[in-house]
Amino acid sequence: MMGLEPHIWSNVMTVLLVSGAIFVTRVVRGQRLWREAAQALWQRRRFALVVVAVYVLIGLADSVAWKGGVPEGAMGVLPNAPLSLLDRAFLDSREASYSAPFADVEFYGGAPLRNPGKHPFGTDILGRDVLYLALKGARVALLIGGLTSLIAIPLALLFGVGAGYFGGRFDDFVFFLISTLASMPSLLLLIALIMVMGRGTVSVCVALAVTGWVGFCRLSRAETLKLRELDYVQAARALGVSETRIIFRHILPNLAHLIVITFVLTFSGLVLSEAVLSWLGIGVDGSWGQMIDGARDELSREPIVWWNIGAAGTVLFVLILAVNAVGDAVRDVLDPRTLRGQQ
Amino acid sequence: MGAYVLRRLAYGAGVVLGVLFLLFLLFFTVTAPEDIARKALGDKAPPEAVEIWLTNHGYDRPLWPWQDWDENLLFDHYRRMLTFDFGLSDADDSPIIDRIKAGMGPSLSLTVPLLVLGMLAAIPLSLLVAFFRETYIDRMGVFLCVLAMSVSTLLYIIGAQFLIGKVLRWYPISGFDANLLLLPRFLALPLLVGVISGIGGDVRFYRTVFLEESGRDFVRTARAKGAGEVRIMTHHVLRNALIPILTRVVLAIPFLFMGSLLLEAFFGIPGLGSMMFDAIQANDFSTMRTMVYVGSLLFIFGQVATDISYGLVDPRVRVE
Amino acid sequence: MTALLEVRDLCTAFPSGQGALRVVDGVSFDLARGEVLALVGESGSGKSMTALSALRLVPKPGRVVGGEVRLDGENLMDLSVTEMRRIRGGRVGMIFQEPMTCLNPVVRVGAQVVEAIRLHEPVSKAEARERARSLFAEVGIPDPEARLDAHPHELSGGLKQRVMIAMALSTRPEILIADEPTTALDVTVQAQILSLLRDLQRERNAAILLITHDLGIVNELADRVAVMYAGRLVEVAERAALLEDPRHPYTQGLLRSIPALSAPGEALPEIPGVVPSPDQWPRGCRFSTRCPRRFEPCAETFPAETTPAPGRRVWCHEVETTEGEDAR
Repeated sequence: MMGLEPHIWSNVMTVLLVSGAIFVTRVVRGQRLWREAAQALWQRRRFALVVVAVYVLIGLADSVAWKGGVPEGAMGVLPNAPLSLLDRAFLDSREASYSAPFADVEFYGGAPLRNPGKHPFGTDILGRDVLYLALKGARVALLIGGLTSLIAIPLALLFGVGAGYFGGRFDDFVFFLISTLASMPSLLLLIALIMVMGRGTVSVCVALAVTGWVGFCRLSRAETLKLRELDYVQAARALGVSETRIIFRHILPNLAHLIVITFVLTFSGLVLSEAVLSWLGIGVDGSWGQMIDGARDELSREPIVWWNIGAAGTVLFVLILAVNAVGDAVRDVLDPRTLRGQQ
Repeated sequence: MGAYVLRRLAYGAGVVLGVLFLLFLLFFTVTAPEDIARKALGDKAPPEAVEIWLTNHGYDRPLWPWQDWDENLLFDHYRRMLTFDFGLSDADDSPIIDRIKAGMGPSLSLTVPLLVLGMLAAIPLSLLVAFFRETYIDRMGVFLCVLAMSVSTLLYIIGAQFLIGKVLRWYPISGFDANLLLLPRFLALPLLVGVISGIGGDVRFYRTVFLEESGRDFVRTARAKGAGEVRIMTHHVLRNALIPILTRVVLAIPFLFMGSLLLEAFFGIPGLGSMMFDAIQANDFSTMRTMVYVGSLLFIFGQVATDISYGLVDPRVRVE
Repeated sequence: MTALLEVRDLCTAFPSGQGALRVVDGVSFDLARGEVLALVGESGSGKSMTALSALRLVPKPGRVVGGEVRLDGENLMDLSVTEMRRIRGGRVGMIFQEPMTCLNPVVRVGAQVVEAIRLHEPVSKAEARERARSLFAEVGIPDPEARLDAHPHELSGGLKQRVMIAMALSTRPEILIADEPTTALDVTVQAQILSLLRDLQRERNAAILLITHDLGIVNELADRVAVMYAGRLVEVAERAALLEDPRHPYTQGLLRSIPALSAPGEALPEIPGVVPSPDQWPRGCRFSTRCPRRFEPCAETFPAETTPAPGRRVWCHEVETTEGEDAR
């Protein structure tokens, strides 16, 4: 299994993800609460949601890759490497070196370009189209936010719900664990974890998850404590319903709105943290943070090369802003008080 | 009150021990000491050199107490950390504690003014926004905050360095001088960047606090007494808001010592943040380990101090 | 003689998905000098909001959208904010339901009373403090001097409410609005506070607008009673007259459901159904969905005000028709 090439993995995960999303949508449509919440969200934040959707589509376009179909003489491409949809769209865009946005000639030296006027964001030092690089970063950002949450949220739920529901020694242990982790400065711990685990996407995501799960753990523990005291939960226990069943049928569904809120609200923080890690040299390859880090010195050149950092900074900013905007609205829409009122 | 303080201190001590254990797991078990040695000496180093390096840095003993009760790394780790015997840096063999002492001054010279200026900037703004709640001023304010928070700190730093340092040439881009007269010139830009990058989040936080307090029943009572909106803001809301604000400030105090990693590295300020940056670049595990420990210590201290200060500031807590 | 407080067609609305909901919908009543008028209703009837509207303290996003509130002839709705502030706490005092949360937790109670005084009168802090101390003694707070420096959480619920009363009365207001002053207190303390209010009212000849859902309190304190249901008045009468001979079906239902008045062992009669929420108010009489005596006009049009006896006002189609028949 592990012998599968990375791009096959990526394709499989993408298919799983998309089908998972479709499945969830169908389940959610059936429930009035979620349907109304989604409608309210659409009303409030149409623009931001569209922006996020665009980023997701671009990320998906970069996640489906296959080998072959490469025309002869395409610059900078290994003949047998798997290429994604996005890669193929920009297949022949390689230049030799820097060029300004929409320019016809190279920036230094003035040699004519292979694709004059076709680079909206110019090209970087290796001649790669900057728009292409910026779009590729979308997948990385979404991956960071998504994979980290995929690790952190179940971890937090496991400990939080367990501690809240079962109490006793397990609760004491979890509480102590949380206090200890929360006492360590997160940036330092993050760096330390990556240093120790080695670099790479999975490393970064695991490290971000380990430093980030504590908040949601506390939250889910508190909510579970409240839920446990509810009448119908007490009734279920009195009737002898198994604990697992109670947790999965009564407790977890009532935490669903918190899961969504937490996911959306922490997403932007994760991407921004990764940017800082990239700047420290321990981030994920291909991320916008790396682009910014690499482009830093370009601003001191004469004349300045601004489009690299401008593009990366802009696409990063736009995604974070859109996610933040959506996040605020999601929190308002899924506010327990509103939910309870509808129940 | 005394019993409360003692209980908090005891729990804090317990957490310190827990932190040390986690650090031990992280730094000694996830990466073997041999790997650390190889990173310091280079992959091609002969085994004898590795052995010598391990002995010099104290890594040549077994890890766990059950392997050797008298000489094991776990107890050694605890003993040394708790006595602040931090040892040598894995990268350049300099005593870590000396570097810490040297770095604290520059770090504080940046973080303390940053905290003060940040509050001076954010609190009046958030009072203003909270005063005009539900009007377009409030909405604009919140929008601007979200906007400001969505920009990566990196971009603020790079942007400021470029605009002000290069284009306008008002302040030097980086550098540091311990001379008190020259210092402000070098701190001006990092302070400016620090305040601007933080103001979005700060204003949002303070605004939430002020709004929460504004909605309380005693504010309605004050209004029914005939108090004006300004008096309500300054006398009733602000005084109650000081409690969560104070919590935030006291929690921030430990981090003043740690320095800002980004700001120091970008602006060439030789503080503890810079030291950590160098440690990352050089794969200096012992320095990293020490700094995480020191940071945690300060943080725990800060939390205990916060709990205690709560008792001083909030009359309700004193009853305990 | 004009009444001290004249409320005419007061309307207060809150925005909602279905347009503006009038939680107070055309309420009119008078409050004479020195009289105690009880404003009675279930929760959600709009009685608290009526009081808040009179003082222009309606919480956002609600606002007063119509009507007049005349204090000694002067319409409070026309006053500037500064002038209104002089009225609030000065000529009209207000005490609230939850003494736990209505006092500023970080300020000593003595200082809070001093603030109330100094907001309206140019006295020194020392003088105001002295007045606060004597007020504390007057409202029955033991060891008043020491209590001045207490923080709210150090006091019991009853003591806190006494502080609120002292604070409200410190400026010698002509009217005291008491919004469910005893609801959050223990039963024994309730009785103490009620008798305190009664004594103070007699001594100072202050007018009290007493908001409550408890008919027992009405019996103890009120001179006249106004009953509200779903944002509108349904009956206004003198206390004795109302308690002995209620005309409106809702008032009758309320009185019947008081435990003390039914024989032990009997099932407690209750009014079937629940109070409709503002977005579900019927077009006609709002009580029509639960009224045992409803007939055709009830669901269609809201009944006009009828005065079947002097001092008695009722809003009910049935009363209207019987009156009409009697008149003929």
